[in-house]
Amino acid sequence: MGEPLVVMEGIDKSFPGVHALDQCHFELLPGEVHALVGENGAGKSTLMKVLSGIYKAEAGRIVYKGKEVEIPNPRAAQQLGISMIHQELNLMPHLTVAQNIFIGREPRHHIRFMLDEKALNDQAQQVFALLHLNLDPRIKVADLTVAKQQMVEIAKALSFNAEVLIMDEPTAALTDTEIDELFRIIDDLRTKGVGVVHISHRLEELKQISDRVTVMRDGKYIDTVKTREASIDRIISMMVGRTIFEATPEVPEKPSEEIVLEAKNLTRGNLIKDVSFQLKKGEILGFSGLVGAGRTEVARAVFGADPIDSGEIYVKGIKVHIGSPNDAVKHGIGYLSEDRKRYGLALGMDVEENVVLAAFKKFLGAFGWVNRSKTRSTAEQYVKMLAVKTPSLQQKVRNLSGGNQQKVILGKWLTADTNILIFDEPTRGIDVGAKSEIYHLLNNLAQQGKSIIMISSELPEILRMSHRVVVMCEGRITGELNIAEATQEKIMQYATQRGEVLLVDEPAPTSAPLGDA
Amino acid sequence: MEAKTAPRSSLLRPERIQRFLAFGGLIALIVVFSLASQYFLKPDNIGGIFLATAVNGVLALGVTFVIINGGIDLSVGTVMTFSAVMTAQFITIWQMPVPVGILAGLLTGALCGLANGLMVTKMKVPPFVATLGMLYITKGLSLVVSQLKPIYFNDTPIFNQVAMGSVLGDLARVVIGVFDPSNPMVLEPLANPTIVDPIKNIVLVFFGAAIIAAFILGKTILGRYTFAMGSNVEATRLSGVNVDRWQTAIYTLCGLFAGLAGVIIGARLNSAQPALGAGYELDAIAAAVIGGTSLSGGEGSILGTVIGAFVISVLANGLRILSVPQEWQIVVTGTILVLAVYLDRRRKK
Ligand SMILES: Nc1ncnc2c1ncn2[C@@H]1O[C@H](COP(=O)(O)OP(=O)(O)OP(=O)(O)O)[C@@H](O)[C@H]1O
Ligand SMILES: [Mg+2]
Repeated sequence: MGEPLVVMEGIDKSFPGVHALDQCHFELLPGEVHALVGENGAGKSTLMKVLSGIYKAEAGRIVYKGKEVEIPNPRAAQQLGISMIHQELNLMPHLTVAQNIFIGREPRHHIRFMLDEKALNDQAQQVFALLHLNLDPRIKVADLTVAKQQMVEIAKALSFNAEVLIMDEPTAALTDTEIDELFRIIDDLRTKGVGVVHISHRLEELKQISDRVTVMRDGKYIDTVKTREASIDRIISMMVGRTIFEATPEVPEKPSEEIVLEAKNLTRGNLIKDVSFQLKKGEILGFSGLVGAGRTEVARAVFGADPIDSGEIYVKGIKVHIGSPNDAVKHGIGYLSEDRKRYGLALGMDVEENVVLAAFKKFLGAFGWVNRSKTRSTAEQYVKMLAVKTPSLQQKVRNLSGGNQQKVILGKWLTADTNILIFDEPTRGIDVGAKSEIYHLLNNLAQQGKSIIMISSELPEILRMSHRVVVMCEGRITGELNIAEATQEKIMQYATQRGEVLLVDEPAPTSAPLGDA
Repeated sequence: MEAKTAPRSSLLRPERIQRFLAFGGLIALIVVFSLASQYFLKPDNIGGIFLATAVNGVLALGVTFVIINGGIDLSVGTVMTFSAVMTAQFITIWQMPVPVGILAGLLTGALCGLANGLMVTKMKVPPFVATLGMLYITKGLSLVVSQLKPIYFNDTPIFNQVAMGSVLGDLARVVIGVFDPSNPMVLEPLANPTIVDPIKNIVLVFFGAAIIAAFILGKTILGRYTFAMGSNVEATRLSGVNVDRWQTAIYTLCGLFAGLAGVIIGARLNSAQPALGAGYELDAIAAAVIGGTSLSGGEGSILGTVIGAFVISVLANGLRILSVPQEWQIVVTGTILVLAVYLDRRRKK
């Protein structure tokens, strides 16, 4: 394939207490999709941030198209034709889609300092047309769903006519159709000779899209292999440095018949339409559906984070009023949010403080002050159990890698020790090793008699973990399946069952499954 | 299946609603006050309201930029005073021509703003602290330069005359004169002012400044980045925008507006009053906030701020006419401010 587009050699980068990159090596060819994998905190994002001018490496060199280059800031990277989509969404919610895409290089009027809004919208429209995206450039980003926002990020990165496109977990928040769409675009770019770096924890994805895979572990470069020639198992063992024994899915124990949580006819505008379900003691109830089906909305309503228009919630058979998350916690309900940055963590506080935040009362000593040794030992315990990669308990959560932040939230709700736990995409952005840890944990919790609602967009995860599956579409519950009868096909069928079809299938299915029609 | 998301009708966009809210409030105040007192709608009184709005309004224009950008500027009141003092220093003490003095005033404001910007971006001092420091610094400097005494523009009466004249009134007289040369408004303008005479020239300067500010905010790169940085600085930085430079520019612009306010207040009072100034920044921030500018950044508009500035001066004027004691006027202003933001929050929920 000729000369490499990018060669990174001997890259070194440290943060206080963390040797994030240790003599790292990376090579990207034109027209190649290069997957970058590794456990949470392995240094993938950091390495790519060095390439895109966000971090400056302490040692090493970058050769771009045969010439050694300095990349001191993002602007310099863009000018070279390197653009990066970050792990966290990086948009300006108050601006429109078009304004976001062209921020920093807006089309100008012939008077230089004036903006040409029309050209701006037209150019955005052209980018969308190229991507076959159906989006109004004048709409505000704040009004878009997360998936659409992700598409805007992608459109933005592509609009640079980038020759190197780095995508840090772009698929984490996308549905299968959207992922297909993205892969089609990536394929397109490949034929145009663009070099694409794809960071992902969904290893099946790599098989589908990538040409080569580079594996990193603990800030070190491990190896680069041709995707065709490497099995997923081999990649995993390179990632974790040992062969993990993928346990056969534990068949979850049968939950008891005691109903601990019941929602009746929850309704909230257009987002939640007449949703009813029951959760039993010791049960893992899977909530499946496409992104935007209203699962998170239901969870937030049950947790008191959003107001409902009507409907009732019963905890252990007693009707309760949940007007705020505080009420929910009092009734023993915990919610692990899907948007960790915005709702789940106090980013400026350290690991220990975050872990104990939701259960502070437990750690109060006689005179109302905090028992530090107790908070420390609890935090230590969860950091160890969840294998959170952090130099110390006093590290600010902001400085952890994306996946490790997710683990800290998990630890927080485990500490809170609530009886009903709602997990919203608990394994999003989490590496394989930690994923099976988390599955194990969920099973343990259920065995201890805790009841769990698990919202997940990954069907294998739903099928592996749940006792029962509730499927949502457009704010309604369209089906409910026992794990014995659930298959990917059946779930997908319910997940795409739109309003009109439902009308035919009267009466509306609130709890009973629809049958196999 | 063409589920193209239609843009919401532009009238119903949230920031417009807030502006309607502020505008509706302004109209309500005017109706109430004009019912309560016949004097309220007299041209002289309206002229007074406009005059009072001009100074606070110009300050609020600059502050609006800083707040949308996600910052705050507490120094505009005293920077205004310092600029007035410098103008007086140039014109009265150093006997420079009036235009040079005006330029010196504007420049003083811009330099103070530049200093604010550099403190925020280069020294990484939080805006609240940096501009609080500037508040003290300029307050002190005004007293130092003026040696604690007001400086009058006694040698240059033209400065005050131009500022407090009315181009609009003159224009009206010319028009009336063409049709009716013997009209008393034309023959004895002082005794028979036209209806637009109370609109002084400095009020026109305010409106001109507002139009320029609206243009900058809505149509230029600077305006776009003001919103972008207020919405998400990190994302703006990652997009390759030189955030520090633009932020410095925004504080400088705010300082420039404060300098203009200084020139205006100097001309209006025909003097530079070194002890004046503290407290003006709060009125300016209040005007912006009542007009729908969000203190968490990313949202706001010049039209909203202009309306907000009028709400404050109409309120002060009306309550004064109704003989409400001044201390109670302050209480009412505070209540209105909280109420405005509360309604804004309710709407967003
Ligand atoms: N700004 C920072 N300050 C301090 N430490 C940091 C900072 N950014 C990253 N790190 C640390 O560097 C290491 C590598 O982080 P990086 O984000 O590159 O991991 P990653 O491979 O992208 O992981 P993930 O899959 O979880 O996103 C981690 O231990 C992380 O805690
Ligand atoms: Mg990462």
